[in-house]
Amino acid sequence: MKTFNRTVMAVVYVFLYAPLLLMVFFSFNSAKSTSVFEGFSLKWYGELFSSSDTLEALRNTLILAVTSAAIATVLGTLAALGIYRVRSKFFKQTMLTVTNVPMMNPDIVTGVSLMLLFVFAGRLLGASEYLNFWTLLIAHVTFNLPYVILNVLPKLNQTDKSLFEAAQDLGAPPLKAFFLVVVPQIIPGIISGAIMAFTLSLDDFVISYYTSSGFQTLPLKIYSMTKKIVKPDMYALSSIMFVAVLALLLISNIFQMRTERKQAGPKKG
Amino acid sequence: MKRSTNVFLNAPYAVWSAIFVVVPLLIVVVYAFTDAEGSFSTDSIVALWEYRDNFQKSILYSLVATVITLIIAYPFAYALSKTSEKTQRIQMMLVMLPMWMNLLIRTYSWMNILDHNGILNQLLTTVNLRPASFLGAAAAGDLLPSMPLALKPATFLGTPGAVIFGMVYNYLPYMILPIYTVMAKMDGSLVEAARDLGCNGFNVWRRLILPLSMPGVISGITMVFVPSVSTFYISQKLGNGKIMLIGDTIERQMQTLNNYNLGAALSLVLMVMILVSMFIMNRFADSSGEGGIVV
Repeated sequence: MKTFNRTVMAVVYVFLYAPLLLMVFFSFNSAKSTSVFEGFSLKWYGELFSSSDTLEALRNTLILAVTSAAIATVLGTLAALGIYRVRSKFFKQTMLTVTNVPMMNPDIVTGVSLMLLFVFAGRLLGASEYLNFWTLLIAHVTFNLPYVILNVLPKLNQTDKSLFEAAQDLGAPPLKAFFLVVVPQIIPGIISGAIMAFTLSLDDFVISYYTSSGFQTLPLKIYSMTKKIVKPDMYALSSIMFVAVLALLLISNIFQMRTERKQAGPKKG
Repeated sequence: MKRSTNVFLNAPYAVWSAIFVVVPLLIVVVYAFTDAEGSFSTDSIVALWEYRDNFQKSILYSLVATVITLIIAYPFAYALSKTSEKTQRIQMMLVMLPMWMNLLIRTYSWMNILDHNGILNQLLTTVNLRPASFLGAAAAGDLLPSMPLALKPATFLGTPGAVIFGMVYNYLPYMILPIYTVMAKMDGSLVEAARDLGCNGFNVWRRLILPLSMPGVISGITMVFVPSVSTFYISQKLGNGKIMLIGDTIERQMQTLNNYNLGAALSLVLMVMILVSMFIMNRFADSSGEGGIVV
């Protein structure tokens, strides 16, 4: 049984990592091909850092991800508080259903529906160009919002209402009581929502493809590159991203393990 | 005072989601039932019949891909949940890592591997193996008729098999994650109790592990099926432009032909189809969830 388990796992990992390892391998190719290896060279990395196009796309992606995640985090946290506090069951249920729509709909439908909204609005306003940075930003905030709300809401449900009331009884104004008592309890949900929004925005291709023109993000740039024959410079870029993600995951895992050990420590002692 | 705070908290999101979630869906419906001039017309809806093949292919391929991912992910998740806590943590990271790479890059990399002069064909040449086709593929001989069969490279790209393969590859982690989560939470003493009460291996799985893991399986199925059925990049690259799925037809109407009405009609059908299948799945999940409690 154990050997069987190990074999299943090994096969799955080979399958998952084969294209990624080949990508790293061919990023060091001295030739222009991504399938015939001629010799080791770092020239594609050099080319990558001298190409202003790619660097601009990288910068655009980061700007978009940071702004959309920030807006979605603020709006989403407020919305979660609103949904948590509201008395009307009907309103609560409606808001939760609407929140689920962008998560359940396939990306292409979300993208197409937003594109049609922008086309429609553009025609009403008589604009010749419907899509720009702002439409892209709106689209990203829209698909990020549910993830923030659904991360914050469970944390709110876990909080003790009487703590907030106690703070006010002891003389804290509501806003101060909120920041001193409620926020520390829900901050893990806010942070994980923000991180999720940021990474989803970084990685999104389909929705951006329908709601942007002119403002090129990295996934959009990769898409236009893969329409032609791809040179290994894209592989070089992807390899750098791969290593960066690996490092981030390792660091966050080590941190998590340490905090868990710290939390477990005093209990044992 | 309290009422006004609630309004202040709820209003921004309510307005935002009304304009950017609800209205766009209504506009999709409006576009589907109008023509380019904006007057009522059922032309786009009638034209959908011509795309029945694309719908059929999309549904068939993504169903096959979902079943394959389930067959791979289920034993994998089970085996993983039986390892030590440290191994589980490291392996979960390894499963999630490829998901952090952009889907476009991963798919393009496979395209390179499966290409005519790609790595797989190079490998097959060195070991002198020549599968003539890949899962119902057209024989490579059609493309290079002058070469003796033993020297012809196998054709992978442009076959249904390659597209399904791409779906399985890209969405496998989405199946592993939810199934692993329920398996890891499962109480091991239940299995022991079942065994003590005389249940044999297969029955432990059928009457205990399977019903308890059902919620994970259901969400895994949705998480793989929905992106598979609506994909256009995978079919574009691994289908080599020969296989048009429903996502490809939407993409073509919206981006190349600028026929927004037909694009909207196609999207509408795709959306309704997915909502209906999710509704059915959830009913199914509810009833089996109850069955899981009454072991």
